[in-house]
Amino acid sequence: MTLSLVALQLLNGVEQGLLLFLVASGLTLVFGVLGVLNFAHGSFYMLGAYLAFWLAERTGSLLFAVLLGVPLMLLFGFLVERLAVARLYQRDHLSQVLLTYGLVLLFNELSRLLFGNDVHPVATPALLSGSFKLGEVQSWPAYRLFTSLSCLVIALLLRYVILGTRFGMRLRAGASNAEMLEVLGVDVRKLFARVFSAGVALAALAGMLAAPLTTVYPGMGESVLVISFVVVVIGGIGSVRGAFFGALLVGIADTFGKVLVPSVSSAVVYAVMAAVLIWRPRGLFGAPAEAR
Amino acid sequence: MPLSRRSLLGVTGAVAASSLLPRPARSASLAKIRIGLLLPYSGTYAALGHNITDAMKLAAHEHGDKLGGREIEWVAVDDESDPAKAPANVNKLVVGEKVDILTGPVHSGVAMAMMQIVREEQTLTLVTNAGAQAVTGALCAPHVFRTSFSNWQTSYPCADVMLKAGHKKVALVFWNYGFGQESMAAFKEGFLKGGGAIVKEFPVPFPSTEFQANLSELASLKPDAVFVFFAGAGAAKFVKDYAAAGLREKIPLYGSGFLTEGVLAAQGPAAEGIQTTLHYAEALPSAANKKFREAFKKATTREADVYAVAGYDTVNLLSVALGKVKGDTAARKELIAALETARIESPRGPFRFSRAHNPVQDIYLREVKGGQQRVVSVALKDAEDPAVGCALVK
Repeated sequence: MTLSLVALQLLNGVEQGLLLFLVASGLTLVFGVLGVLNFAHGSFYMLGAYLAFWLAERTGSLLFAVLLGVPLMLLFGFLVERLAVARLYQRDHLSQVLLTYGLVLLFNELSRLLFGNDVHPVATPALLSGSFKLGEVQSWPAYRLFTSLSCLVIALLLRYVILGTRFGMRLRAGASNAEMLEVLGVDVRKLFARVFSAGVALAALAGMLAAPLTTVYPGMGESVLVISFVVVVIGGIGSVRGAFFGALLVGIADTFGKVLVPSVSSAVVYAVMAAVLIWRPRGLFGAPAEAR
Repeated sequence: MPLSRRSLLGVTGAVAASSLLPRPARSASLAKIRIGLLLPYSGTYAALGHNITDAMKLAAHEHGDKLGGREIEWVAVDDESDPAKAPANVNKLVVGEKVDILTGPVHSGVAMAMMQIVREEQTLTLVTNAGAQAVTGALCAPHVFRTSFSNWQTSYPCADVMLKAGHKKVALVFWNYGFGQESMAAFKEGFLKGGGAIVKEFPVPFPSTEFQANLSELASLKPDAVFVFFAGAGAAKFVKDYAAAGLREKIPLYGSGFLTEGVLAAQGPAAEGIQTTLHYAEALPSAANKKFREAFKKATTREADVYAVAGYDTVNLLSVALGKVKGDTAARKELIAALETARIESPRGPFRFSRAHNPVQDIYLREVKGGQQRVVSVALKDAEDPAVGCALVK
């Protein structure tokens, strides 16, 4: 493998990782702050993609679809939290898994009923339909670069919100001790609802951005969910920074796994996860046991 | 639900009474013929299951909803394309419902489980889609017919097409599971025999749709052409990624017909110029195809596809064969002989059964032009599956 090909594959891996981060960040936030194991996270990714497909067809633009779709999904996430998830904070993880898995089945069937089993295309915005030449044969679609940059911007925004704002401070406090936060007079219910709907919106946004690349079809969230859990575990449960580096690691490992050991490439990501867990049992940026 | 003593007594009483009643004589001409449908009505392949079912019912309707003079009773089970549930689902139809004839499934894994049971139970079976080689190969049986295709038939003919187009060094990309592996093995058989060379194989774990790493490597290898197996959403994404990476104009893309089947609209302009081989094409100009497509559209408001064709032909074959034995499914030998020699006007063109009971049929070369699937030529006339390991062929 030449050096330029290595660089290109690295780029492929980073690009894959950045989009993965967007999905995994919401999952890790919800688990870290609310303590809820959200199996429906992949479904919110799928709903985002379907919403992008549906709105883009009506408004004629993916940009409008995202601008309309994200607030809609924020609201939707809020409703799901208030009506369903909020009832489970005192319950064990099994009840949460049952509820959120039930939501997965519900959303999958709904998408089938509304849009059928077909694979639907979402047009790439005209402005971003060009491509750059990389090497003498391959090109790099401008839209992929755009999604990567968007993910980076969102990562930086998330970092600012978590570390630099009052909401972020409460969020961190809620993650380490929600009861104490409540005693101090913070409305934890409201905080939780906001965090959950933010998580839903992040997953949906990832689905919207990915829609032109992946096309839209029922059940598309499942594989994304599994790999997002891997990212969250590698990065350390509840750590957004961990999700970022975990996602990059998974993206790069998956890419080079496909290149170097194609016949067992599906196992590479899990081998990396096992290795990280042996080295750091709580993930790359997981809080040590006594802090929880 | 708690069962009260009274209702329990009632039920047992009714059962006891019914067993005392004289059983209706099993007169072949009066009883309804029970046809089992083992097809997916949910999950990834739900659309395929519905198309096969609707086409079967359309064909039945064209025969006045009767086969061999008997009315039809359809017994459908959703197999969910889940091989793990297949034995239970097959037993439900074969042992529980005692269907006269079993049809289905879509998924090859389900088909393998089905074969084990119908070989034991000796159920007359018509496979309506699953292309696994073993169905008419190592596991073939006198009472099992396949009306669709074998994986070999969808890929082997493409080797010759590519060699004739001057492509000597070819790379393979495929979903690494049964169907993909059988498809690649068949292609390689033909391609190596014809003097071609395989530059590299890219097995992609099923159902992953991340192709960038493979595409970058493909671009650096610069093969003459690429032969792939993907289907459904994976096919849609691969074709789009391939075009977006700028490879479409530089390295021609070939595949078995499933690469574009049902996802052509989703692929859009990215599919332009792709050549595939399959035993059917929507654009076939025959009168039988036109008539079938119009009737299917009228009945379902959907466009017919290769899956619907197999369902339609299945019932038409049954109609001919059952007509010959006057609906008497007990006359097994005669019924099987009648199926073996039955000839129908299929939308795909004429075909007959091989000794292994797989269709011997023309394989078409199709090309996507202007968003439409065009028929270029017949890639292989009377393609006959080699039926490796089938005891019927000796």
